[in-house]
Amino acid sequence: MKKFLALVMALAMTLSLAACGGDVSGEQTAGADLKVGAIYINSKNDTAGYTFAHHSGIVGGMKDLGLDPETQLFIVDEVPEDKQQVLAAVDTLVGQDVDIIFGISFGYIDAMSEAAETYPEVIFSHGTGYLSNETNFNNYFGRAYQARYLAGIAAGLKSLETGNNNVGYVAAYTTAYAETASGINGFALGVQAANPNAKVYVKNLGAWADEVNEKAYAEELINTFGCGVISQHCDSAQPQIAAQNAGVFGCGYNSDMTADAPAAHLTAAIWNWNVYYATAMQAAIDCEGDASKFVEKMGGPAYYGGLKEGFVDASPLTENCAANTDKAIAAAKKLMVDGEWDVFTGVKLSVAADGTITQADADLVDNAGNVIVAAGGPSVEDGVITGTMNYLVAGVEEV
Amino acid sequence: MELNKLDVISTFIYNIILYNIPLLYGTVGEIVVEKSGSLNLGVEGIMAVGAIFGYIVGCYTNSLLVGIVTAFAMGALMGLLFAALTVSLQANQNITGLTLTTFGLGVYFFVGNAIKAVRWPVMGDYANIKNGFADLHIPFLSDIPVIGRGLFSHNILVYLGIIIAFAMWYYLNRTTPGLRLRAIGENPGSADSVGINIKRYKYLHICLGCGIMGIGGYYMGLNMSGSFNSACWINGYGWIAVALVIFANWNPAAAILGTFVFGFFNTLRVSGSSLAIAFPEVLGWLAKVPTQLYQALPFIITALVLFFSSISKRKGSGLPAALGLNYFREER
Repeated sequence: MKKFLALVMALAMTLSLAACGGDVSGEQTAGADLKVGAIYINSKNDTAGYTFAHHSGIVGGMKDLGLDPETQLFIVDEVPEDKQQVLAAVDTLVGQDVDIIFGISFGYIDAMSEAAETYPEVIFSHGTGYLSNETNFNNYFGRAYQARYLAGIAAGLKSLETGNNNVGYVAAYTTAYAETASGINGFALGVQAANPNAKVYVKNLGAWADEVNEKAYAEELINTFGCGVISQHCDSAQPQIAAQNAGVFGCGYNSDMTADAPAAHLTAAIWNWNVYYATAMQAAIDCEGDASKFVEKMGGPAYYGGLKEGFVDASPLTENCAANTDKAIAAAKKLMVDGEWDVFTGVKLSVAADGTITQADADLVDNAGNVIVAAGGPSVEDGVITGTMNYLVAGVEEV
Repeated sequence: MELNKLDVISTFIYNIILYNIPLLYGTVGEIVVEKSGSLNLGVEGIMAVGAIFGYIVGCYTNSLLVGIVTAFAMGALMGLLFAALTVSLQANQNITGLTLTTFGLGVYFFVGNAIKAVRWPVMGDYANIKNGFADLHIPFLSDIPVIGRGLFSHNILVYLGIIIAFAMWYYLNRTTPGLRLRAIGENPGSADSVGINIKRYKYLHICLGCGIMGIGGYYMGLNMSGSFNSACWINGYGWIAVALVIFANWNPAAAILGTFVFGFFNTLRVSGSSLAIAFPEVLGWLAKVPTQLYQALPFIITALVLFFSSISKRKGSGLPAALGLNYFREER
């Protein structure tokens, strides 16, 4: 028995030596030895939803840079928002010798922050969070409100066309998070730019994903509140499907939901996560092994890209859209891409019937009547949009 | 905003039924299983398996009936697995049931993702499925104000569920095989001694009950318009069904009532603010209830039901005395 064991071990050692020896040839591109780690909240095999969007973004970003996801991407998935489990996932990835770790879920925040101190030689990049340090730990998020403003224009023009001023919005949360509040406000301001008489009715789901109620809420907005366009801040396409079943219209979120509701969908506010992931991985490559340079290479500890970077966008318009929607959206988008105007300012856009846009000074007012930005005033600060925005603008009613 | 008061009420009633009938399927199925003395905690997983196979096969054949039969058959197959493990191999019923939940959800995602990677059937493309699940208009009844839409304008699977519930009540309480089944659940030893084939009865009724659960899963999938995402269609309804069995006191007819009481609280979350706006004087306070409380309500009710049913020693409890105990003939 002993002899047999010795033989097996000797064989194993020989084979592993052979394995080490191989694979030195092959093309060397910049970053060919970069190892990317990722921690996902759901399965990497998902075919829709949040984890799917990020996984596609990471794989897409790697391909943009000529990296090979098969050999250079290391994933720990199905990791709940539990500090010990996230730390264990980090340990696993560090054990696999990765250079950069992406954590995609908000609740990973404390674990990521702690791990960044424990492993200064590894880069940590946390999605949707707000913590960071000066060296190897940043956070990233996008100006989804800009894309929602564009979708809002499509919804507003549609409401003008149908003559129904009631617009519905199925929201994961309302004022509990700045992310959801800024999304609702961005959308509502876009709607009002096209149709000043429109009202946006918001129903608060109280969960980031709850498919059954996403459908039920949309139906309630359509049937009871008479909404003719349904927008959403939730994962599934159920609100769009409900809109289609009821013969009304909708604006999706996260991904182009046209396939789910071809007769109802106008446009969706979408994320191009690969834009950030490619940027971050390029910065990691530029660090040349010194993780402490990462935040400097990224130009700051918080990445907040928008339409300009192509990080968020409105998905291609469908034929369901009202006339001149394309012109209006292109004009509004250009203003934001050029940095001439942004959503939460004392300047209001008005969309004319022919799709042209005019600017005029106007107070930005919340739905309790408080003036947020006086007419002509500057944009609300990024820190407020990402962190403390806890009001809904005038014309929005929570039901 | 002015809301039409009658519309708000009829929509509320309509939603209570539309969204909660899967609970009835799950509960009635579980009652049949438990009456044979087997505690099956795998309802969630069994419903998921029935849902995914029922939906896909139903769409591919463009037949609601084939979908229903497939969902029943796949649920029954899960039941066969449960029966083989617990009846023949004497495995622990609790553990086996929990395993079936995990297994069933795994099968759901495995099959669903595999199909989605090729081509996912979109419900709208299959006219027979879409129209088969559409609301039926019953002459006269559907035209009654308020309750016409609330109670008598539903899809065929709603009525099928209620028919199954009454049929199972009749079967359990008014037929000889039903009596024998109850005898097995109370005292399999005595039942065996009068010549009832325990194994056959247990196998058959576990499969029957699980098949009914499978149809409930299929309902859930159809109600979600067959949109396959990262969350399972069943959404925890299987677990609520297990609790509803106790609420219904193992009576399939009472399960209908239980489903609607439960559905009432479930649906308050959706319709609460509409009711508050439509009836500001009486129900205005509903708008002030935080969403989180609405979310927790069905589970608070579950906990209360379990609490009160375990402290009350009421006569005529439907709890089968031998529930959860494996029957091993040689130990009799």
